[in-house]
Amino acid sequence: MLLFTLQRMLQSIAVLLAVSVAVFLAVYAVGDPVELLVNPEATQLEREAMVSRLGLDQPVWMQYFTFLSNAVQGDMGTSFVHAEPALQLILSRMPATFELVFLAMLVASIIGIPLGLYVGLKEENRIARAIMTGSIFGYSIPSFWKGMVLILFFAVWLQWLPASGRGETVSVFGIPFSFLTVDGLRHLAMPVINLAIPNIALITRLTAAGASEARMQDYVKFARAKGVREKRIVRRHILRNILIPIITVLGVEFGSLIAFSTITETVFAWPGMGKLLITSIYQLDRPVVVAYVMLVTFIFVVVNLLVDFTYALLDPRVSLSERMS
Amino acid sequence: MSEMQNMSSQTRPPLADTPQRGANLRRIKRRPSVRKALLLLGIVVATGLLLPFFAPQNPYDLASFSVMDNRLPPGSEGMNGEIFWLGTDSQGRDMLSAIFYGLRISLLVGLVATAIALIIGVTVGLAAAVFGGRVETLLMRLVDFILGFPTILVALVMLAVIGRGVDKVILAIVVVQWANYARIMRSAALVERKKEYVEAAYNLGYSRLRIMFRHIMPNSLSAVLVVATIQVASAITLEATLSFLGVGVPVTEPSLGLLVANGFDFLMSGDYWISFFPGLALLVLIFSLNLAGDRLRTALDPKRS
Repeated sequence: MLLFTLQRMLQSIAVLLAVSVAVFLAVYAVGDPVELLVNPEATQLEREAMVSRLGLDQPVWMQYFTFLSNAVQGDMGTSFVHAEPALQLILSRMPATFELVFLAMLVASIIGIPLGLYVGLKEENRIARAIMTGSIFGYSIPSFWKGMVLILFFAVWLQWLPASGRGETVSVFGIPFSFLTVDGLRHLAMPVINLAIPNIALITRLTAAGASEARMQDYVKFARAKGVREKRIVRRHILRNILIPIITVLGVEFGSLIAFSTITETVFAWPGMGKLLITSIYQLDRPVVVAYVMLVTFIFVVVNLLVDFTYALLDPRVSLSERMS
Repeated sequence: MSEMQNMSSQTRPPLADTPQRGANLRRIKRRPSVRKALLLLGIVVATGLLLPFFAPQNPYDLASFSVMDNRLPPGSEGMNGEIFWLGTDSQGRDMLSAIFYGLRISLLVGLVATAIALIIGVTVGLAAAVFGGRVETLLMRLVDFILGFPTILVALVMLAVIGRGVDKVILAIVVVQWANYARIMRSAALVERKKEYVEAAYNLGYSRLRIMFRHIMPNSLSAVLVVATIQVASAITLEATLSFLGVGVPVTEPSLGLLVANGFDFLMSGDYWISFFPGLALLVLIFSLNLAGDRLRTALDPKRS
């Protein structure tokens, strides 16, 4: 276990380094870094100060070293637009995105797992097949358009829900959350549904595949022969066994949902990290873009690491030596 | 060469595990749902490519429409007596024509990007499986690395750096997609490589390249092609999303995603048709591709037949 942990951690660090090289090359080597990283409105004196602080007068490998050591210390530059450290700016938007992603995953699991179980247990039934085709439809709808149709129906025509923003928030340990107020929940409803729909489809298909395989297994047949009630078989024998792969996928999906929420946040003007990324791209606020990429990569790597460890702990059959190869 | 094959087939049975090329085609033909899905797909692709010829007006020709006709609802009559079945946009452009042209751009970007990614991915996957060793480790680590990130993030940041344009969107899609094919191709080719007919080809002294492309590739391509159908859908989705976010195709070549984005500003005032109909066309396109891909996969799944 120690060796496995160590090896996976080294791999993760290697990934982070690789991304830092890619980002560095994209920003420093492809374009003119002075142009990209120094505020266009800066005076000549400020430019020179910036050039020497970023080490842009040094050879390329020294520049990378400066970039890396700054990044490790949490210094990813200062936003041109907000005149605030880029990392701090993104971190201040993080709770809004996490709230959205977390609730979307919750909704997707609550709807997707029962649907998937139904399909997996009654495969050739007409409703089951309709659900499966429906799930293809679910992940086919372009996310941005789906958000706009939601706005059209619930905000423009019916006028039930607000089209944009976070609404009223409540501060918990200094972090604002929307889901604790009625107004906040009304603002959350559409973005959460928008983000949840493709994941409902994903979880449904995943659960269905697992359940249809599990119900043919000997332990299920044995339980049935023993006279265990059907409900208990589903809950104790089938669901428990297919939950591990579902949790794994949910974990990995958490990382990519943070990236995907960019679209939903843009449509619903939700003030999260993704909206900040898009605005920063428009405003050529490069330090924020660089900081976003490094931060999301970091989150991604940590989530993958955690999923791997949980997987190894939950499933005793996973041979650690096998996974190391 | 053919004499030799004839002789050997007379004297002894064919090598074990030699694939039958026709088997997959027969499996596909047996299933009506696959035929239906492929038919739907064929219709959508053909219309997408041919529709611009039937468009009532050319949305790129500024002389063919008038600003006076702007934001007319579906079914209304224009200044010159023509009827706009799906309404007009803020410049007075006929939405139906704009969708016809946009559909072709979306489809072309998706198909071209997928084709390039497919060629790169298949070659890399084959090379990894055939050469093995350090080449394989290196290539597959790269594949793992790329697949570790959400496609939208990589493409978004890439385009933020290199700027927008049809060629750049295609490049971004290729960068995020080739690794998928490489991974699938490698695992399919690894299975194929161990079979007797490949060993026989090695013994005949054929070059590695010939074995790679003439023997292994054709027999392990079916899994990759099924994935390719779904990947065209995700390429089109990706392009539409990037264009919607404003980093995709340029305004002079509006794809369906960009048309939706253009209508976003007028949504709150109730002019739904400017973004609703292009999105609907996009949905039909993506759904039919995904459906065809799913049916193909089921038909070719060895566990089901």
